[in-house]
Amino acid sequence: MPKDTSAPATGIGAATKRREDIRFLTGRGRYTDDINLRGQAHAHFLRSDVAHGRIRSIDTAAAEAMPGVIKVFTAADFASAGGLPCGWQVTDRFGQPMQEPKHPILADGKVRHVGDPIACVVAETLDQARDAADAIVVDIEDLPAVIDMKAALAEGAPKVHDELTSNLCYDWGFVEENKAAVEQAFRDAAHVVSLDLVNNRLVANPMEPRVAVGDYDFATDMHTLYTTSQNPHVIRLLMGAFVLGIPEHRLRVVAPDVGGGFGSKIYHYAEEAFCTAAAKALRRPVKWTSTRSEAFISDAHGRDHLTRIELALDADHMFTALRTETYANMGAYLSTFAPCIPTWLHGTLMAGNYRTPLIYVNVKAVFTNTVPVDAYRGAGRPEATFQIERLVDKAARELGADPVELRRKNFITEFPYQTPVAVVYDTGNYHATMDKLLEISDRAGFEARAMESQARGKLRGFGIAHYIEACGIAPSNLVGQLGARAGLYESATVRVNATGGIVVMTGSHSHGQGHETTFAQVVADMIGIDAGQVEIVHGDTANTPMGMGTYGSRSLAVGGSALVKAAGKVIAKAKKIAAHLLEAAEGDIELKDGTFSVAGTDRTVDWGAVCLAAYVPHNYPLADLEPGLEETAFYDPANFTFPSGAYACEVEVDPETGAVEILAFSAADDFGNIVNPMIVEGQVQGGLAQGIGQALMEHCVYDETGQLLTGSYMDYAMPRAEDLPLFRVDHSCITPCTHNPLGVKGCGEAGAIGSPPAVVNAVLDALNRGGHAVSHIDMPLSPARVWAAINA
Amino acid sequence: MTKVTLTVNGKAVSREVEQRTLLVQLLRDDPASGGLGLTGTHVGCDTSQCGACTVHVDGMAVKSCTMLAVEAEGAAVTTIEGMANADGSLSPLQQAFQDHHGLQCGFCTPGMVMTAAALLAENPTPSESAVRYYLEGNICRCTGYHGIVKAIMAASGQDMPAMAAE
Repeated sequence: MPKDTSAPATGIGAATKRREDIRFLTGRGRYTDDINLRGQAHAHFLRSDVAHGRIRSIDTAAAEAMPGVIKVFTAADFASAGGLPCGWQVTDRFGQPMQEPKHPILADGKVRHVGDPIACVVAETLDQARDAADAIVVDIEDLPAVIDMKAALAEGAPKVHDELTSNLCYDWGFVEENKAAVEQAFRDAAHVVSLDLVNNRLVANPMEPRVAVGDYDFATDMHTLYTTSQNPHVIRLLMGAFVLGIPEHRLRVVAPDVGGGFGSKIYHYAEEAFCTAAAKALRRPVKWTSTRSEAFISDAHGRDHLTRIELALDADHMFTALRTETYANMGAYLSTFAPCIPTWLHGTLMAGNYRTPLIYVNVKAVFTNTVPVDAYRGAGRPEATFQIERLVDKAARELGADPVELRRKNFITEFPYQTPVAVVYDTGNYHATMDKLLEISDRAGFEARAMESQARGKLRGFGIAHYIEACGIAPSNLVGQLGARAGLYESATVRVNATGGIVVMTGSHSHGQGHETTFAQVVADMIGIDAGQVEIVHGDTANTPMGMGTYGSRSLAVGGSALVKAAGKVIAKAKKIAAHLLEAAEGDIELKDGTFSVAGTDRTVDWGAVCLAAYVPHNYPLADLEPGLEETAFYDPANFTFPSGAYACEVEVDPETGAVEILAFSAADDFGNIVNPMIVEGQVQGGLAQGIGQALMEHCVYDETGQLLTGSYMDYAMPRAEDLPLFRVDHSCITPCTHNPLGVKGCGEAGAIGSPPAVVNAVLDALNRGGHAVSHIDMPLSPARVWAAINA
Repeated sequence: MTKVTLTVNGKAVSREVEQRTLLVQLLRDDPASGGLGLTGTHVGCDTSQCGACTVHVDGMAVKSCTMLAVEAEGAAVTTIEGMANADGSLSPLQQAFQDHHGLQCGFCTPGMVMTAAALLAENPTPSESAVRYYLEGNICRCTGYHGIVKAIMAASGQDMPAMAAE
């Protein structure tokens, strides 16, 4: 049926309301913990309460005699299983591969962090499993733990992994060939500005804790895993091929409604492999649901970098060189993508928005007795942006320059731009986003507002940051050269039904992003039908083509491009059918608003009639064309996409207490073309909340013995409604991506990338305006830290 | 095991529960395991901080992870499954959440809706700061609360002209 043009727009660019909201608002979402299979048993993990120790013995006899206990598993039950694989191999400065220890499903011989699973009880009920876990007797010889990264690299430090030569995973240099030239530029510099800073360790904390339900069908020798994953196909590949030795055609992985991920649900976790294997061993479904306390000690953490960064400038304040030395915490084991975060997702972004000609980045990745660290919203790019934007602000203060003008003076203005750190920015207009930012944040009116605050005894500050990020991850041939052990394409199948409705099966995955709405908008727009005629299916390896999932702001840029490609194939075939039905040449067929017409005539056939002909091919060119209307496409991006934007934070600091209040936050982003502005704004707002959380509140803290001091929402400060303002979000600056069909760049991580330096710059601006010469405070800028800086 | 009898979303129910069974377990657990199978109420933490499990007990917003099932004896409990209009369509508050993009992953959403409904019952026209204060026991990780606050304000019939620009 042709589109009703009087109805509200549902195509590209429309702020279509989300269709998935209906089930979420009425309690009918289907999250993994909502799944209960017949005969299901419950798993509970006994986890290490020490950071480092040698397991002398595990006595499970008493536990196995407890009511309802089916079996207690230990490492001995997984002797033939592989370790949890790492998906990225980094090569160090000297051409050697990183050190890559085995990560067993259950601790084997040693425990290496608080939370390392030692044993798992499977029982009839969860309470029985928990009760029995208390009866397991584990004799552990405590070993000294290494928590501090620099201490972990000291001569004679205890080793997290006995079989490795040290706690150094790799020592990476980028671009190693530039190192001498960078050092010369520093010797020649008129000014050098340096900064030591911490990118604080965070916990992603999606509101839905992780869950795994394993099932096995003896009749068909078929395994099924229901799991809280951002990428079910990746889990199927990693777990099947590397850990359990299950061929992919015997393994189905389903990630149904998933309650947020932010990176932490990318990785293949031990509990997934455990439940899958246990279901077969016990001949019944096995379910595990993480508690929040368990999440804090078993979900991969994020960030945790220590950095020294230096900037060389000439007499005219042009940046001439940049160098950094970073220590990146890997935790006790290498999580799935951990090694690439501080290297390729961080080092390649160190040009920021600036024409710095010479850059050298050194990263030392370190094993410690802490939970593994991997990607968290932004992953490497927030770390890069924080360093650059803090340092540029510091340079402006030291040189007496205006922070906006110093940035503008060094902005990249010609595109495409080859950075000295490998990547090529395709498009951008940084002056435009800066102009827009100054407008929406009313910087011109700031001085008056600052006076008003001063009259009340408060210190007001205005901080800006400009970011660049690399999204749309990633060109497979490039990342393969850089050590990725996977391709990073995406897939889509567009299945047109006989009556004209469409089902799209995507390898991408939504855990809050709204694919069911936006992906339908794209397909509907291309054909000219109402989006209500398009259904999006995702999250089940049994009915979607192999896809790499959702992270790195890649869904629309990569998954959407696959969708466009598949829909394009469908349209091309439909035009052939239409040409036959209209007895016209294929090249003369046009498609508009769901109707095919012969150019220059009034002869038409509508979408529904063409679809019907494809499946009821009575009048059909069967000799030349197969029946049916269904196409699959895989899209491998030609380049990363490069969203950018300017952010401003306005704060008020109470000098008596050090408390920081965010009065306003403005974001002017260039995401390229926009499919659904409502969803884009929501992504930015959520990212800002997480970035502001990092800057002011969130901090994952270990004591020197490796005990996690922030192991619950009682201790780990999550931003709440009162901590945040309404945000001013603008995405009207558009330089479309040049190398994907939608011209989109990705918007999921920007808020978390650009906001931390803006917040810190604002607080420092407030203090310095108030006469407190404070050059830096490490995040989170808690009242105690700010007060201490004021009173230092 | 103890027998507990209560009303859930207007229907009388009776179940045998352990003394330690939490109200949220009774609500969520599979009927085959003695629960009510009302999985719309979620569990997001174990320290009574996140509010994903918020339901109404005799009209008050209560974190159902912090109440024993046996304490609900004789109570009238309303969950997210009981919040839509009689014909199944979204209530004005639920509709406001959709209209103002007050949810993304949907996991905190049931608790947010239940808390917001309790707020509007107490204070039909709250200020923005009153809304934010009332949400102190509910954590959302996706939205930055922007759309949630807008939705609640809109459901209370209040315009927020300051928000119209963005």
